[in-house]
Amino acid sequence: MSNIEITKKILTARFDVINHDSIDEYISHNGYTALKKAMATTGEKIISEVKTAGLKGRGGAGFPTGLKMESVLQAEGLPKYIICNADEGEPGNFKDRYLMEKDPHQLIEGIIICAYAANINHGYIFIRGEYINAINIMDKALEQARVNGYLGDNILDSGFNFDMEIYTGAGSYICGEEFALLVTIEGKQGRATYKPPFPTTCGLYNKPTQINNVETFCNIPHIINMGGEEFSKIGTDSSKGTKLVCLSGNIVNPGLYEVELGTSIRDIIDKLGKGVPNNRAIKMVQLGGASGPVIPENMLDIKLDSKEMSKIDLTYGSGAIIVMDDRIDILDILKRIIEFFHHESCGKCTPCREGLTQMLILLDRFIDGVATSDDLAILEILMETMNQASICGLGQAAPTATQKVLEYFREEFTSKIRSTDSNVV
Amino acid sequence: MNMVNIKINNKDVKVAKGTSILNAAKEVGITIPNLCYHPDQEVKANCRVCVVEVEGARTLQASCATEVKEGMVIRTNTQKVRQSRKVVIELLLANHDMDCTSCKKNNQCDLQEIAANIGVRESRFENVLVKQEIDTSSSSIERNPNKCIRCGRCIQMCSEVQGLAILDYVGRGGSVDVKPAFGMYLNNAACVACGQCSVVCPVAAITEKEDIEQVWEAINNPNITVVVQTAPAVRVSLGEEFGLEPGKIVTGKLVASLRALGFDKIFDTDFTADLTIIEEGHELLKRLSDGGTLPMLTSCCPGWVNFIEQYYPELLPHLSSCKSPQQMFGALVKGYYAEKIGKKPKDVYSVSIMPCTAKKFEAKREEMSVDGENLDVDIVLTTRELAKMLRQAGVDFTILEEEEYDTPFGLSSGAGVIFGATGGVMEAALRTVYEVVTGKTLENLDFMAVRGLEGIKEAKVDLDGTIVKVAVAHSLSKAKQIMELIKEGKADYSFIEIMCCPGGCIGGGGQPFGGTDELRIKRTNAIYEADKGLPIRKSHENPAVSELYKEFLIEPLGEKSHHLLHTKYVNRKK
Amino acid sequence: MQVKEALDKYGRTPDKLIGAMLAYQKSTLCNYLTEDDIKEFAKETKLPVSRVYSIASFYSLLSTEERGENIVQVCYDVPCYINDSVNIVNELEKILEIKMGQTTKDGLFTIEYSSCLGCCDKAPAMQIGATLYGNLTPDKISSILSTYRRKKDE
Repeated sequence: MSNIEITKKILTARFDVINHDSIDEYISHNGYTALKKAMATTGEKIISEVKTAGLKGRGGAGFPTGLKMESVLQAEGLPKYIICNADEGEPGNFKDRYLMEKDPHQLIEGIIICAYAANINHGYIFIRGEYINAINIMDKALEQARVNGYLGDNILDSGFNFDMEIYTGAGSYICGEEFALLVTIEGKQGRATYKPPFPTTCGLYNKPTQINNVETFCNIPHIINMGGEEFSKIGTDSSKGTKLVCLSGNIVNPGLYEVELGTSIRDIIDKLGKGVPNNRAIKMVQLGGASGPVIPENMLDIKLDSKEMSKIDLTYGSGAIIVMDDRIDILDILKRIIEFFHHESCGKCTPCREGLTQMLILLDRFIDGVATSDDLAILEILMETMNQASICGLGQAAPTATQKVLEYFREEFTSKIRSTDSNVV
Repeated sequence: MNMVNIKINNKDVKVAKGTSILNAAKEVGITIPNLCYHPDQEVKANCRVCVVEVEGARTLQASCATEVKEGMVIRTNTQKVRQSRKVVIELLLANHDMDCTSCKKNNQCDLQEIAANIGVRESRFENVLVKQEIDTSSSSIERNPNKCIRCGRCIQMCSEVQGLAILDYVGRGGSVDVKPAFGMYLNNAACVACGQCSVVCPVAAITEKEDIEQVWEAINNPNITVVVQTAPAVRVSLGEEFGLEPGKIVTGKLVASLRALGFDKIFDTDFTADLTIIEEGHELLKRLSDGGTLPMLTSCCPGWVNFIEQYYPELLPHLSSCKSPQQMFGALVKGYYAEKIGKKPKDVYSVSIMPCTAKKFEAKREEMSVDGENLDVDIVLTTRELAKMLRQAGVDFTILEEEEYDTPFGLSSGAGVIFGATGGVMEAALRTVYEVVTGKTLENLDFMAVRGLEGIKEAKVDLDGTIVKVAVAHSLSKAKQIMELIKEGKADYSFIEIMCCPGGCIGGGGQPFGGTDELRIKRTNAIYEADKGLPIRKSHENPAVSELYKEFLIEPLGEKSHHLLHTKYVNRKK
Repeated sequence: MQVKEALDKYGRTPDKLIGAMLAYQKSTLCNYLTEDDIKEFAKETKLPVSRVYSIASFYSLLSTEERGENIVQVCYDVPCYINDSVNIVNELEKILEIKMGQTTKDGLFTIEYSSCLGCCDKAPAMQIGATLYGNLTPDKISSILSTYRRKKDE
């Protein structure tokens, strides 16, 4: 636990080392060896390695990947589907784009191994429509994989058939929500649906479906190659492996970094990002993206560790870290965030559809200095209702940043309450 | 049955596995408020009014969408639940035209009722409604987007049950609306005016086009004789509007209430239903013997006629040329009865009370005028509008003494009554056709195979050696299936009855708001009960019908019939 | 490209519709779907017109309103915002003499806000067609736009 390495290149090891266009270079750099190793064994064995590794989903929710694979394997109903969620739309995130653009075969290999493990014959990579470059690269890589016998019928003479296709999104953040993603592939409006049942038993076309994030799949070949036991030595007790972090905002060296889980946010900002330009002070950092929490400077020592973070109701989510220096106006930033959700809400359920409109109105009252203490009370009640009663993660998480501001920077709101109002909280 | 043990508000309950929390709570006497949920529809879970606390769950759960599980602990009235429900209702009200007191559905609105029940007095949120134009383009239904709560009930009804999908969600986020493609007017969309959307709408976003005022004017004009006809299905649903038990037969009260409103003559559409059977039965026999186009399709349902004209015009030759009972009635009023009572057609005002919104469109078809100047049916009122008139006039429906229809168009057979339910037209026709063809008395009048709520029903009838195969379909998604069969040449039926609305007219688009299958079954049972209770149960035995032929029409399919009782159709493909 | 061609390429099942619509829209000069296009998509896929229209109205990369030949998408979100994306927007509006959401008179450009383009490490960013432009400053805008003008002239 003590020797956490800030930079630990596993998923990004081949970045800029090999040419993404070349399957041969991928193969010569240990590529598709995990697939061969996996196909020499059984699905149960593969899943057991993933479980031993302790890998948790990298899309934000952090569900144990091995359990998900197992539940798809055991689910009844054919055909089964596997879907790679590459609908990366959370502001502040760009890791999936890099993973696809710089090492596409790593992702393909990871998906094929999972498909083999749960005996799935058809898959989709759902890539957001804005990622035109990534779509082209993946498209080409899939074709190379087919030509080389890693996709298609009778893969590596094993008798196993699997192929996948790219599904292009058409501009909708909500489609990253897995139920909306499923209905989109089925050709409907990408609207959230209620759960359960979960996709593992009732997913695409009501068939068992494994959905995972790009980064999650990219971990799979490494788990197979190094063994679950070895993989589990990386990271902390509750968070295994590395994490790709997307560092952006007011930062000297923004970019994509792969760190061992357990690294502190301050280390990432200072040692990898080289701090804030002009040595300005940090006012606030947002974790995970627009739907994630914000924290003040004095909490930056917190480590990327799900257990430690959950103690104070935080998550590292998908790994985005957005640094904001002391020049920002917090309410102005919150307004941007809520505008994002307002634009991206599918509009299906009342709390999210109507709630976001009302949040913007209330925020404006504070920004304009005409808010009352009643406005603050109703804002808080509204956000709680959105958390509690929205149909999907979008509406439930949309108020998170605002709620955290009220927790850590409450004076940003109270100082804006009209001074004639005597009931200042 | 597999049962599970759960706890609702500290009370131990045993309910069937697979039950939703919403329905489980109902079983123990707890009504959880809800707006988008509809018992006959797929769960949508979007209004979020029905949320409850489930122990162990991170968030509140929509009770409509959550099935009970063994050991589940549910609380329906905690502060958290009450607060969320209130906020959700306030959010809906903040994007809603709040002119409740002047709203068409004042006191009949689910949103209003829930707001009152859970103690919302006003919304704490700013009203953000962007007023949109009310679509009054259709002669049958009105769409008021300023009332819409985006629950999606109408969308499901129109696409799943009727197979038309005129309405869908448009846009996303805060700007989501429910409307036809390109935001077009309903009369430009391929809408058939069935009004099923209005039946399931929990608010006043879709309602019938209201025509009450014209009727009041006519009633209050001393120079005009106002004649009214009542459709078969109205007598088994009107009572619901006044708190009577669903399925109660209120024929006598219906007649009395119309008289109380000031109508001069109260007649029964059942009479022309009998007449329809005579004409349509003979048309069928003629087609069978002359090698006419088969299968012959019934034509008494205007929603269905709109559908075939718009979606399958190539199959129009299959459609019976008989007018609907409403229009036969109108034609007789203006082309026969007016003269009989010494009035000009324009001085006789013909009103019909229908369970239907499409009838409003039908009455306005230009060919529906026997003199080419006056409409045969001047105004069509739905069951709901009649109830509204009665409330306006302060008529206490529940205590009215039963009264009888006027002559000569007040006498009808049980066959005329069952027109109101799916399969009824077919059954009525078979009762007559059998006796006309075989010359024998039909022993068992009940053709059970064509009754009930199953979507498509088939039957074979032995007409003295000739086997006639018939089919019955209700709802347009089922009609579509039959049309495809005909197109493929696979429909080996002689005669097919089609009704547009689920359950037939008893489930019509003009019936009391909030129709469900449960209600439809009760109304259907009442219809057959009414049939059983009548002394005459076959159309051709209706003495008033025989009298009409003797005195005026001469013979079925004759010249007068051709002029008054039959019609032509138009290709309206869009 | 015709609607039929797009569907021939992608397939006529509902799951292929969005891909076909995007490809077809890209091939049109004005980057949008007309009423007739939507009706044809519906007819060819045997889906209700309302459903196809609903989909077209839902996704931000599909448009039912006429747009320019080149869609300039400027990221609206926080990482770009705190790196002064507002200045980029102002510069675009100034050079093209239109407001966000509008199309230039010559039909060459439409400027739009986009949700995060996944280019936060090079904020502020914008995308034109398949090309991402990062680390933008107002002084870079003019020359970027002129490459599209030149392409048109050629």
